[in-house]
Amino acid sequence: MVNHLLRHAAGRRIAILVNEFGDLPIDEDLIEAEGEDMIAISGGCICCSFGSDLTAALIKLSELTPPPDHVVIEASGVAMPGTVALSISILPGFALSGVVVLADGEWVQAQAEDDYIGDTILRQLSDADVIVHSKTDLQPNQRAIEAVESWLQAMAPNAKIVPTVQGRVPPEIVLGLTGPTAKPQASPHADAGYESLTFREIPPCVPEDLARKLAIGSYGVIRAKGFLRDAEGDSWVIQTVGRRFEAHRDQKSELGGVVCIGRRGALEVGTLQALLGPAG
Amino acid sequence: MSATIAYSAKKIITMNPSRPEATHVAVRDGRILGAGSLSELQTWGDVTLDNRFADKVLMPGFVEGHAHVMEGSLWRKVYCGWFDRADPDGKVWSGVKSVDAFVQRLQAAEAKLKDPAAAVSGWQLDPIYMGNTTVTRADLDRVSTTRPVGVLHASGHIMNVNTKALELAGMLKTGYNHPGIPLGTDGLPTGELKGPEVMTPVSPFVGFERNLLDADEVGLRNFAKLCVRTGTTTITDLASRMDEDTVEMMLRVTGEPQYPVRLMPFRFFLGLSAPELVEAVATMKKRATDRLRLGQIKIVVDGSIQGFSARLRWPGYHNGAPNGLWYIAPEHLSELLHLALEAGLQVHTHTNGDQATQLVLEKLAPALQAHPNPDHRFTLQHCQLADAAQFRLAAKLGMCVNLFANHHYYWGDEHYNLTVGPDRATRMNACRTALDSGLPMAIHSDAPITPLSPLFTAWAAVNRITVSGRVQGEEERIEVSEALYAITMGAAYTLHLDGEIGSIETGKRADFAVLEADPTACDPMELKDIPVWGTVQGGRIFPAAEL
Repeated sequence: MVNHLLRHAAGRRIAILVNEFGDLPIDEDLIEAEGEDMIAISGGCICCSFGSDLTAALIKLSELTPPPDHVVIEASGVAMPGTVALSISILPGFALSGVVVLADGEWVQAQAEDDYIGDTILRQLSDADVIVHSKTDLQPNQRAIEAVESWLQAMAPNAKIVPTVQGRVPPEIVLGLTGPTAKPQASPHADAGYESLTFREIPPCVPEDLARKLAIGSYGVIRAKGFLRDAEGDSWVIQTVGRRFEAHRDQKSELGGVVCIGRRGALEVGTLQALLGPAG
Repeated sequence: MSATIAYSAKKIITMNPSRPEATHVAVRDGRILGAGSLSELQTWGDVTLDNRFADKVLMPGFVEGHAHVMEGSLWRKVYCGWFDRADPDGKVWSGVKSVDAFVQRLQAAEAKLKDPAAAVSGWQLDPIYMGNTTVTRADLDRVSTTRPVGVLHASGHIMNVNTKALELAGMLKTGYNHPGIPLGTDGLPTGELKGPEVMTPVSPFVGFERNLLDADEVGLRNFAKLCVRTGTTTITDLASRMDEDTVEMMLRVTGEPQYPVRLMPFRFFLGLSAPELVEAVATMKKRATDRLRLGQIKIVVDGSIQGFSARLRWPGYHNGAPNGLWYIAPEHLSELLHLALEAGLQVHTHTNGDQATQLVLEKLAPALQAHPNPDHRFTLQHCQLADAAQFRLAAKLGMCVNLFANHHYYWGDEHYNLTVGPDRATRMNACRTALDSGLPMAIHSDAPITPLSPLFTAWAAVNRITVSGRVQGEEERIEVSEALYAITMGAAYTLHLDGEIGSIETGKRADFAVLEADPTACDPMELKDIPVWGTVQGGRIFPAAEL
């Protein structure tokens, strides 16, 4: 999944943080240079190892010029992603874009039964905003895939489930959306399994309420991002990932609208249009 | 031929079962030529008699199998602990018993600082003993409003800082929503920072800039002084990140003619993948010297019991807290055990909870079948909650155990009342059961978590008294002779050094603890109070009074 992200960075400068390099095989052809604790990757991306001190590594990253656009932290197999997310929330210069948990559909239910790590697996799942259900091609049929998904959803009611084959998850799902006014990115969805809708004529609203609805309502939205105005005409930016949402005032003056991404065919166009106005 | 010196002593307790006591010991080339009577030793030829220890009791130099060089580094900061504690220069700092007392101690340290920007740093604060009082930045602002002030708690996982420190770190603001950052009524952080990830942004401003796992030069020298004062001649650093600069510094300092201790650092497992780690440690091992024994690995499997981060088996924590945390994934642990066995490197594993211990036992068994090594001596460190079946299995697998006897004194009451309840608190650090299971056993201080003092550690294992004065688990007490064995030969065995140190007999290093009284003749309750004159290490004499 990380290699897929790096291949479809599309101008984003991504920093990948791992416990130790050996644990993350970066595709050879992506590597430009290797240092002791940093690997330079084509397209301005980097990969760093943080050993036992994540916070110190993040502070170091924030001192780079220019700093990376996105940081992807690959937590160790037994780390609690919610705790990692909390520790990011206190660092100046960083904003949490979401917690993505990769679940191997073949093994995750058996792992959850394991005497030693079962409770750890369940805590990790329940920390997720997005669960990437991987290796769905190895399941015997669609019913088996759906059975895993409904189990994952039951274990992680707050997460949106994203199926994937060979780690091909669109960067927008992992990293977050740039919003409708940003320059178009090459290859917006690196996988055919997803679609996005843009809404440019948002009816007057309370931005925080709108964000909450997008996050917790049944619209099929995995992530959403938008720039809009409240009743007083103030500019806001809203973002959602899974059932997590935020809305805060923004300096931006133009109205961009809202973009939503979801699984192909799963976005509820009708109800979304009732909420956000016409799509297009 | 090199000179031979025969030291007379009031008594020599050799820990050599074929000759348990002697009146004289002969030393040549830093090694023991023999222990016996003067006339026996004179059969070696020209022997110079030295009577400086004539009124002392000699034991084999003590071996501390689980400590951290960090203890030496922390003494450059202000001691704020609850218990009286001796610093590397021998000064005994009285325990601080109230917030006012600890603020006053920091104020006194502040008054001595010349650089107006310098930080005031303290360590070992333990509000558990002060009725769980909460310390706030207002308390530390009484020390200074212009300098950053920070105090690390005894647990190592909480820090209190003043307003200036928060300001410097950019953390004096509202809007935090983090369990590790308690907020005051004003919405600002109270200055209590819980958890390493919350401490890291502030710690460089309050004098805790280095990774605490890394030894530094002053710390290494201070650590050695503490060793001499406690009769310790071989000690571990469990663990260190061991970057190249640190290794070179350690080689240089321990190689100095007057460095009084044999140091055995263990490489911390994080930071490299398993194959890289094993390769790095195997390479490092080739650089080992007599006084710097490089080439071992330390793995941390779970957290601590009092921090509720240890992994427990059923029925879990007594107060219903959720199970603790794994610090290594089971498959990563398994891979490391396989690779280390294959490479012939020793691994010591930190396990506090009994589920963590069980995981190590279960992962080691197949690794040993794949890479048989009947003398691996992989050691369970702490292993505080192990039951008899686990000790028996550990013995079958050829493991050793290093139990945390001191912990029982300092936190035994808390475990009884809160964390694991009466049954399991009673069997914690079960030295009797471990020995009866045939398991090679050491006991330890985990300095700086508790003070370095092998005689205190022996006292704790013999008496099993807690801070409140209760005997907790009298069935698990061991004999004085067994405890003295544990702090010499027992610990040496866990380090693969039992052929070199741990007893006073022909061929071994001339390492002695020089004591003012006989630990086998005193009331077992007074073991911890036996004064230590100093040490002899590799034949070199180190009086504590002259450090």
